[in-house]
Amino acid sequence: MRIAAIAHSLRRILLAWLLSMPLLAAQAPAAGVDPALLAPLAGDDTDAKLRAIAALGQLPDPGAAAVLQALGDDRLYAAADGRVLIGEGGARATDPATGAAAELPAGAGTIGINNRLRRAIEAALAGSRLFSERPNERLDAARRLQQTGDPARLPMLEKALAAEKNEAVRDALLIAQANLELKSADPAKRRHAVELLGGTRNAAFRPTLAALTQERDGVHAEPDAAVREAAAHALTQIDRHLATIEWAGNLFYGISLGSVLLLAALGLAITFGLMGVINMAHGELLMIGAYVTYVTQSLFRAWLPGWTDWYVLAALPLAFVVTALVGMALERTIIRWLYGRPLETLLATWGISLILMQGVRTLFGAQNVEVGNPSWMSGGIAVLDGLVLTYNRLVIIGFALFVVFLVWVLLNHTRLGLFVRAITQNRRMADCVGVPTGRVDMLAFGLGSGIAGLAGVALSQLGNVGPDLGRAYIVDSFMVVVLGGVGQLAGTVIAALGLGGVNKFLEPYTGAVMAKITILALIVLFVQKRPQGLFAPRGRSAE
Amino acid sequence: MRQTAPIDLTLLARRPLFRGRVWAALGAAVAVLALLPLLNLAFPPGHTLHVSAYAVALLGKFMCYAMAALALDLVWGYAGILSLGHGLFFALGGYAHGMYLMRAIGRDGVYQSDLPDFMVFLDWKSYPWYWSFTEHFWYAMLLVVLVPGALAFVFGYFAFRSRIKGVYFSIITQALTFAAMLLFFRNDTGFGGNNGFTDFKRILGFDITAPGTRAALYWITLAALAGALVLARAVTQSKLGRVLTAVRDAESRLRFIGYDPLGFKLFVWTLSAVLCGIAGALYVPQVGIINPSEMSTETSIEMVIWVATGGRGTLIGPIIGAGTVNGLKTWFTSVLPEFWLYALGLIFVLVTLFLPTGIVGLARRLAARFQEGKA
Repeated sequence: MRIAAIAHSLRRILLAWLLSMPLLAAQAPAAGVDPALLAPLAGDDTDAKLRAIAALGQLPDPGAAAVLQALGDDRLYAAADGRVLIGEGGARATDPATGAAAELPAGAGTIGINNRLRRAIEAALAGSRLFSERPNERLDAARRLQQTGDPARLPMLEKALAAEKNEAVRDALLIAQANLELKSADPAKRRHAVELLGGTRNAAFRPTLAALTQERDGVHAEPDAAVREAAAHALTQIDRHLATIEWAGNLFYGISLGSVLLLAALGLAITFGLMGVINMAHGELLMIGAYVTYVTQSLFRAWLPGWTDWYVLAALPLAFVVTALVGMALERTIIRWLYGRPLETLLATWGISLILMQGVRTLFGAQNVEVGNPSWMSGGIAVLDGLVLTYNRLVIIGFALFVVFLVWVLLNHTRLGLFVRAITQNRRMADCVGVPTGRVDMLAFGLGSGIAGLAGVALSQLGNVGPDLGRAYIVDSFMVVVLGGVGQLAGTVIAALGLGGVNKFLEPYTGAVMAKITILALIVLFVQKRPQGLFAPRGRSAE
Repeated sequence: MRQTAPIDLTLLARRPLFRGRVWAALGAAVAVLALLPLLNLAFPPGHTLHVSAYAVALLGKFMCYAMAALALDLVWGYAGILSLGHGLFFALGGYAHGMYLMRAIGRDGVYQSDLPDFMVFLDWKSYPWYWSFTEHFWYAMLLVVLVPGALAFVFGYFAFRSRIKGVYFSIITQALTFAAMLLFFRNDTGFGGNNGFTDFKRILGFDITAPGTRAALYWITLAALAGALVLARAVTQSKLGRVLTAVRDAESRLRFIGYDPLGFKLFVWTLSAVLCGIAGALYVPQVGIINPSEMSTETSIEMVIWVATGGRGTLIGPIIGAGTVNGLKTWFTSVLPEFWLYALGLIFVLVTLFLPTGIVGLARRLAARFQEGKA
């Protein structure tokens, strides 16, 4: 495993090196470098060498970069006749002054460098790489220049900016330029820099800008009032952008959490609406759905290794069928004997949940099992410079809406749905007019359980899959159902998304745990006001 | 004018608390249970009459559970209010007593500080305000009663006034308990986070691990349980108790004939919470630890199954049920630990399906059949 990985990365490095060879070779002879600039390199005067290196760094010429690179790599040779040659291995060499290939003379020795020179080369290379033909190299060089504080680089930067077409590199160059201009003695330049930095809306510049607006003992860090004003404005620009990102992030994560809650609670809402019974084993049905996903993944890995990316799609119908069968079996054997005794049903289903949980422990072990995201669900879209919407959350939001739509169609446009609604409204009357309540109960319970299974597949893509998975969601799903009201699809949707949103918007102020506590407390208070939930069915019955 | 038929009002004669035979049986049971720690103290290990300290401690724990179950039965069995949050009252009583026990450790903790170890760990310099006066035993005892009582009163007042009942009430109590558990899990709440309170050293100056102290705690628990049983009997036998039964069986009808159930429900709900808190307070020094897991959903639901197993709506039932279920739990966790949850799950299912009146109901049915056979 490890060795294979190392061999693989070695191959990649080798490949990259081989690919870069012809490029370097092609670049080198493009233009000649002034021999007068090269001569001091072969001399003994370190200061002259430094000046030559700096001068080479200012040249918008790949040939100069090649010289500097060779000097840094100990491949630059000084021939006896004063010529400077770049060694290409063996006796082959290139003459940077002409760009032509040359023979390395016998007496040529490498030009030695010390640490001071090495640093100078590094800095100069960054400058000359700004004019490289590869955008990646230019970007790299621009980023490096953002760190250095040498105002002497400014003219070169401006030159590079004027020529730059690539957007990313241009942005990086602008930032580098602004950083340098900030140190300029000219207030107009400083102001320009501050405006540039504010325009990036990048939080990384907040400390720099904040430092400009500071005042200590009546002395401003920035002497010029106009620059200070610009800095304050830039700060608000950045802060406003940060607030937008935070708000959008909260919204996204709120909707994401809400869609998870919705999936978890939807099945519960159906069975609760129908039978007035809270199915305490609902969480375990979620858990079974997640384990079905795990088993499907293992089967795909063993038998269809080429299709592993699509195991989630296969897991959906499987999970639905398995959990629906489990649910229907429970309804037929246990729950139907307890109709009209909701509190007892609550206890019996709790017992079932214990048995299911321990059963999964016996089959799969008490440890969490690994369920991987398929490749098309990993990663995400970056929006607004700094917010990543991960694909798995996006997919699950879409999936939740899809399931809601499915349930809506089923409840409102099928015969079974008609029966379910009739029984929810008035069980006895429905029975009297010939609705087969027993069969509908079984099917509806199967439907609710199947939806729990689908939710389990979704949950397996977000978090850990273990025997305790259901427990984490059971209280939350109850809250959604209680808040949304009985037998109201819209109530469930609004309650779930509302709870998710409120939770995420509270979290930054109170912390995750306190947010949850606050929400539970709010629900307890809310139910005092509206015991039947947001969307109470209107009726005349006394109970 | 039309003559209305005269209404016969039959006032039930005031019944005695217990019949003589029951008083005798109760006295005998208390006497036998009271004897056990004496047997532990008086006879050396290995003697035929010796009762192990483990067994005594276990029974002491079971009696606390039985008291909690009794409290739960008062609301569920008699007033029809199923609480999934009695673990909260139990834990609050325990924490209130635990605060005193933590302060009684003094400087004997790991860090030899005046503050409990977990506060030293959090780098706190002094006790938060709600810890004030908890170094006084009697104040802590007052908290044991007041904290669960006040919480139950306020919560119950709002819930009953809004006529939240049935499954809704159960879920709301569960949510409350869950929220409290999350709160107590936080280190910053000031109750030791997920470790809770432990490592107690002494109570009222007595070494908490000494056999004599343990026996005394056992006897106090026994007395409290017997007292709670008599009190519960008095409540359920009274007129108030009969109104409660009416609340359970037909709340709307009760309202229509002019009763406001709020006060009755609130009274029994608060009483139940207080009894549960006392049970928790007795539990903590005997078990030596209290942590937020006592507030978990599981714990509270398990209490309900103690009541259901023993017999809901009877007073001896919860005590028998708590003993039976916890006895089984002890046996399973030592012999077949991986099968305990199966067994517990089966108990939940089988009791609700086949034993709706619990062990006591079954015994009564069998006794009735036996009587029939004789007649």
